[in-house]
Amino acid sequence: MLLLVMAALASAVLDVLAGPSAMSASELFGVLRAPDASDPVATLIVWEIRLPQAVMALAVGYALGLAGAEMQTILNNPLASPFTLGVSSAAALGAALAMVFGLGLPFASTQWLTVGNAFVGALLCAGLLDLAARWSAARTVNVILFGIALVFSLNALVSLIQFIASAEALQGLVFWTLGSLERASWLAVALVAGACLLITPWSLRSAWSLTALRMGEEHAAALGVDVARVRQGALLRISLLAAVAVAFTGVIGFVGLVAPHIARRWFGEDHRAYLPGSALVGATLLGLATWVSKTLVPGMVVPIGIVTSLVGVPFFLAVVFRRSSGS
Amino acid sequence: MLAVHDLCVDYGRHTVVRNFSARPLQPGTLTALIGPNGSGKSTLLRGLAGLLRPRCGQVRLHDVDLLAIGPARRARLAGYLPQILPAAVRLRVFEAVLVAGAVAEGSRAPAMSAQLGRVEQLLMHLGIEHLAPRYLDELSGGQRQMVAVAQALMRDPVLLLLDEPFAALDLNYQAHLLHLLRRETRERLLVTVVVMHDLAWVLREADHVWLMHEGALFAEGTPAEVITAAHLAAVYGVEAHVDAGQQGWPQVIVRGLSRPLT
Repeated sequence: MLLLVMAALASAVLDVLAGPSAMSASELFGVLRAPDASDPVATLIVWEIRLPQAVMALAVGYALGLAGAEMQTILNNPLASPFTLGVSSAAALGAALAMVFGLGLPFASTQWLTVGNAFVGALLCAGLLDLAARWSAARTVNVILFGIALVFSLNALVSLIQFIASAEALQGLVFWTLGSLERASWLAVALVAGACLLITPWSLRSAWSLTALRMGEEHAAALGVDVARVRQGALLRISLLAAVAVAFTGVIGFVGLVAPHIARRWFGEDHRAYLPGSALVGATLLGLATWVSKTLVPGMVVPIGIVTSLVGVPFFLAVVFRRSSGS
Repeated sequence: MLAVHDLCVDYGRHTVVRNFSARPLQPGTLTALIGPNGSGKSTLLRGLAGLLRPRCGQVRLHDVDLLAIGPARRARLAGYLPQILPAAVRLRVFEAVLVAGAVAEGSRAPAMSAQLGRVEQLLMHLGIEHLAPRYLDELSGGQRQMVAVAQALMRDPVLLLLDEPFAALDLNYQAHLLHLLRRETRERLLVTVVVMHDLAWVLREADHVWLMHEGALFAEGTPAEVITAAHLAAVYGVEAHVDAGQQGWPQVIVRGLSRPLT
């Protein structure tokens, strides 16, 4: 676990070191130690662009890893993640409405319109998933099918908006749906990290119940776990985590799917270790993906969502094929 | 002592258990719950365990009204083993048993070292201590069933309810588990109710038998009183002969059908 924390931090250091404006390590540490004495442009790049982005990558990866782990447990499905069940797509739809039509919450300023809309979209989607879970008497297969249906319909709506959007709005929207850390301000970082800090102890309080749930719903209920309540609590946490993550960075797929699988292999499924493990794996993965996105094409930052998906697809396939051959 | 009176339990929209009443079961006795498929055995057990909310009736365990207390307290009093084996998940056996205790105790959980000690003792008592560090997804069905029994006993229940615990087990595990259930029932003075299908086992090992038919109690008593040719014909629709058997091992021989499948 400690190793993972170090790995996550190392990936962040790599992030800060890499960037389109070539900067040597010594120059960088000079800026970090004495911001006032250094070149103001370098100071600006490091303190206002690279550092917040690197920290944001960790925080968002952490949030997605934790959300994915909880989601796979409560839905008892190794393919569940905020991305595959529509939470991210709903956020994208909210953002699209804001960017193209300027629709959104009445009291939000234009700057926060996109973020607020994405957040509300993700929350609404998680609420729908929760309703679906209640209607189908917590039959997880139904919830998953419902989530997949949501993904398709939400993506169709986003495409429709893209189709009728102006060229300028379209560019912003496409960029948003690819996922990027470019809009990471210190305020945004504080919000995402704050959400992680608040939700982690809340998650860990349910760790025993979630572990019991892995034994099967019947067994968990027989052990005295209020399955419906545990599931609702987890869904609320998932939606909060996914919503803040997606709102500031757009759609970043596969971290929430992959991190739990890696954590399961390393820590087993005792949720006291599995939940923080998955969160830290998520942070490390996104940190590394950020670094790759900066170094893949020299002098250019590839949108992070593209990188995570490219890495994620082979992994996804590997999991699917291993399951089918195992059963 | 478990006293069930006039119990009705719905499953979905159907009333499956209708006005089930029985004489009180004494501590330290093993009761076999038998009856044809769909006669309401599982639903009755789930009603007693509190997984389904009974629509009417009373269930008293010693001086506690089981239907009036919350799920957490009921889960401590009544250990229930569902028909399904625990899923093959990436959890070590000792973790799986530990979680059973931790969930039941909630925030009042005693120190982890004490809990771990209890898990170790329990696994040793059940003869599966060698499985402790193994993952559930590496175990056989029989081994996972033993872990499930350990989970149920981890909370020191007063009432032990098992739904067809022998279904997935081979003969060796069946005999082992049955022996274990009898021993634990006597030692801990449990009220144990087990759904069983093998009438030969029931005749030999059960202290008491509940025979269910269409959601109600058809007959109860000692195995010899309940498992008779007349009862089997009426409830199962088979023409059977109950034999005193050689060396005092009674057995049931089915000769044919007394009525077609309904």
